[in-house]
Amino acid sequence: MTDNKEQIKELEEVVIRFSGDSGDGMQLTGMLFSDTSALLGNDLATFPDYPAEIRAPQGTVGGVSGFQVHFGHSEVNTPGDYADVLVAMNPAALKANTKWIKKGGTIIIDIDSFTDKNIEKAGCVKEPLDQMSFRDYNIIKAPISTLTRESLKDLNLDPKSILRSKNMFALGMVYWLFHRPLEFTQKFFEAKFKKIPIVVEANKIVLKAGYYYAETIEALHPSYSVAPARIDKGTYRNINGNIATAWGLIAAAEKAKLNLFIGSYPITPATEILQELSKRKDLGVKSFQAEDEIAGICTAIGASFAGHLAVTTTSGPGLSLKTEAIGLAIITELPLVIVNVQRGGPSTGLPTKTEQSDLMQALYGRHGESPLVVIAASTPSNCFKYAYEAGRIAVEHMTPVILLTDGFLANGSEPWKIPDMDLLPDINAPIVKEGTEDFQPYRRLNEDMLRGWAIPGTKGLEHRLGGLEKMAVTGTVSYVPENHQVMTYERERKINQVVNSIPDVTVLGEQEGELLLIGWGGTYGHLYTAYRELTKAGHKIGFAHFNYIKPLPANTHDVLKRYKKLLVCELNLGQFANYLRLNFQDLEFFQYNKIQGLPFTIIELKQEILKILEEK
Amino acid sequence: MIEEVKLSPKDFKSDQEVRWCAGCGDHAVLNAVHKSMADLNLPKEKYVVISGIGCSSRFPYYMNTYAMHSIHGRAAAISSGVKVANPDLNVWMITGDGDCMAIGGNHFIHVVRRNIDINILLLNNQIYGLTKGQYSPTSLEGQVTKTSPYGTIEPPFHPGELVIGAQGKFFARSIDNNVKLCAQIFTEAAQFKGTSVVEVLQNCVIYNDKAHGYLTDKAHKDDRQLILEHGKPMIYGKNQDKGIIIDGFQLKTVTIGENGITKDDILVHDAYTKNPIMHLMIANMSQPEFPVALGIIRQVQTDTYEEKLEQQIKQVQSKSSIKSMKDLLYSGNTWEV
Repeated sequence: MTDNKEQIKELEEVVIRFSGDSGDGMQLTGMLFSDTSALLGNDLATFPDYPAEIRAPQGTVGGVSGFQVHFGHSEVNTPGDYADVLVAMNPAALKANTKWIKKGGTIIIDIDSFTDKNIEKAGCVKEPLDQMSFRDYNIIKAPISTLTRESLKDLNLDPKSILRSKNMFALGMVYWLFHRPLEFTQKFFEAKFKKIPIVVEANKIVLKAGYYYAETIEALHPSYSVAPARIDKGTYRNINGNIATAWGLIAAAEKAKLNLFIGSYPITPATEILQELSKRKDLGVKSFQAEDEIAGICTAIGASFAGHLAVTTTSGPGLSLKTEAIGLAIITELPLVIVNVQRGGPSTGLPTKTEQSDLMQALYGRHGESPLVVIAASTPSNCFKYAYEAGRIAVEHMTPVILLTDGFLANGSEPWKIPDMDLLPDINAPIVKEGTEDFQPYRRLNEDMLRGWAIPGTKGLEHRLGGLEKMAVTGTVSYVPENHQVMTYERERKINQVVNSIPDVTVLGEQEGELLLIGWGGTYGHLYTAYRELTKAGHKIGFAHFNYIKPLPANTHDVLKRYKKLLVCELNLGQFANYLRLNFQDLEFFQYNKIQGLPFTIIELKQEILKILEEK
Repeated sequence: MIEEVKLSPKDFKSDQEVRWCAGCGDHAVLNAVHKSMADLNLPKEKYVVISGIGCSSRFPYYMNTYAMHSIHGRAAAISSGVKVANPDLNVWMITGDGDCMAIGGNHFIHVVRRNIDINILLLNNQIYGLTKGQYSPTSLEGQVTKTSPYGTIEPPFHPGELVIGAQGKFFARSIDNNVKLCAQIFTEAAQFKGTSVVEVLQNCVIYNDKAHGYLTDKAHKDDRQLILEHGKPMIYGKNQDKGIIIDGFQLKTVTIGENGITKDDILVHDAYTKNPIMHLMIANMSQPEFPVALGIIRQVQTDTYEEKLEQQIKQVQSKSSIKSMKDLLYSGNTWEV
């Protein structure tokens, strides 16, 4: 007899993809698995992949909703390229995901859903399973619908509610496969359905039924175990990019001793930030769901004038609508944070997919000479840090700041070591105090060129702001030609001075030599993993990732010039590469670009890097 | 409590030279605003004046208060942000017919619907002045302008109708050459809690001179203007012998003493009634059949947006266990490593 222990295989890392109809509850299933794994101490990264339509026609490929989780006992930086395990609740889900399964991977399907009708709906000419080689995959045909129905037959539940819990059967199977405990998920049911005990019970029964089914059938042996990751000591929680962004903004307001105001209009994939901040009335956040994108930013500008830390959140098309108002914030020199959660464009483009194609819009998409600060987050959890930074720079430098995140960061989640509020940098708002003598709205307070923030309601500081060009110092309307040039330089210099309050860019790996891999924003996890794997394999490369885009860190040129080859990888046609070319005309850049609405894969990045390395 | 202070109209004048054309109706409106602000006895620093783009939107530069001359059409949104952020401020928005109802139409109807406590002065000259004479959303059908050389083919907006359609709670009308009436209405509007819209019939001496000439014509103005007062019968005319009665579903003009009509038959103005139907009919009275109604047409007190927001914040705060960012960071599922 074999010892049970021998059947448990220790794995470094695993990628699981849950997929089904958009109504099958795959996002919840994936989230529950992630939370349980995080509690066990695994490092992980997740990525939901869902259709733009809320309920696309049932059973079609267009309606497939997926959730990928990558967990491991070493550092995990991406949701993973290819899945070790695919859960496919219907033929469409199998069809949509076949190319994302590793050779030799396990596929769990609900065989009950593989009816002729569903196969036809999925657009398959013949039974999709027949087309797959069983030698390539470990396919488990589980009668999930039947067994779910069977296990709940004693409960007085309607057939619809019964079938709705079949995702928990699949989750139960996956829990057994990876030796996860059920307690956390059971507790989740108890909290979530507190008022409907029968639903709590039904979900618990089905979860266990799936777990025991997996234990019973031979097909799943051996099962796998992934040991906890070796990560820093501290208190952790899971967080996604949008929530981290919202929280970073609240933290900045608290630290600056300002009230937070958000004026926004719902837009995918940024809406969750507005939703979260609307919830945070407990922390005094004033949220204003405006009638359109323009009103979103304009109410924020009004709130900023009135002395709040003001924020507007959007995605690409919304940023386009806000551009005129950004010009007003620039000339009035008011603090403002504009969050752009990038998605595939142009126009409505790919609303639920990720891209980095709004960089040029953020940098230059305005009329007139209108500089502002652009920064970018690079992981779901560091959206907190960079939202905080956006707030800090906006307030301390009296300027609008565009924070770029993207659909991948916004929806992706990872465990996050909770920061200590006391250790976050101070934020000092340059508020002009009552009684200040000879107050002038556009007098520059220091080398950073900032003007004072005189807030309505303060006695003796009454002044007029506006979109017309300002006279230097006094801020009155001026059409004097030379003054316009002076003010244009002052606004440009003010933004360039921000360089003194941002850190240098750091290089991982080789500090000089053959090749520097360069990225910015949301591609960090993929680029870092590719860099790490190549380095492990003995290749000598450096890796620099940019969070501060305008202005660039002070040491940027010094770093770049130390390498023979510079390779910029980004999810657009080369916007950051072109920006670097513009700034550093003595340097040459290679570029690798992908525009599919999807993140990079590690495999393609490694191939590209090796190709450039070998090129003479 | 806001401390009461004594200020004079000149305290509200800025040091900037007023650059409107000589004879422009805006000069009179500016004087009325200065007077009204002085009459309100509020400290100067409590006033914020916001405008969009257009001739009338140059207003903020001539005010010695906090003010912002913003971008075309967006004054309603910017004012909303100021007032919601700090309800303690007294926010005035100065706009024109193009700024308010063309490019800014969306923000206008929504600020009115939300009932944010902002005093909107809508200077209606039925033309685009700053861009030199194109038709506006209130230009009369058939009006010849630079962009309608053969006459416009668009029916105009009536601001009162739009305000009432957007569930507006305060609508008044005044005319630029009656500074006293303007100041009186502006003061009432400023004291009203909620969005107040005052349409000021204003003359553009260059591009649409005498657009309101029918009303301002000295010889006939008393017969062509009906100045409303809440609780008073709607009587007008040089000899105070004309009035408005209701006839079936229609308003009708009558002469007291003719056909057995007495003063008691004349409709009494009720600005406070919630039902907007009568207010709509009064707002829409137009020449030559009717006199044009001036004064406060509708004034219905209810909660403002910012009051409800503050209440909601207090209510949520009293129930939530999350009192600081730290509490939030540690809320929900966390684990120790």
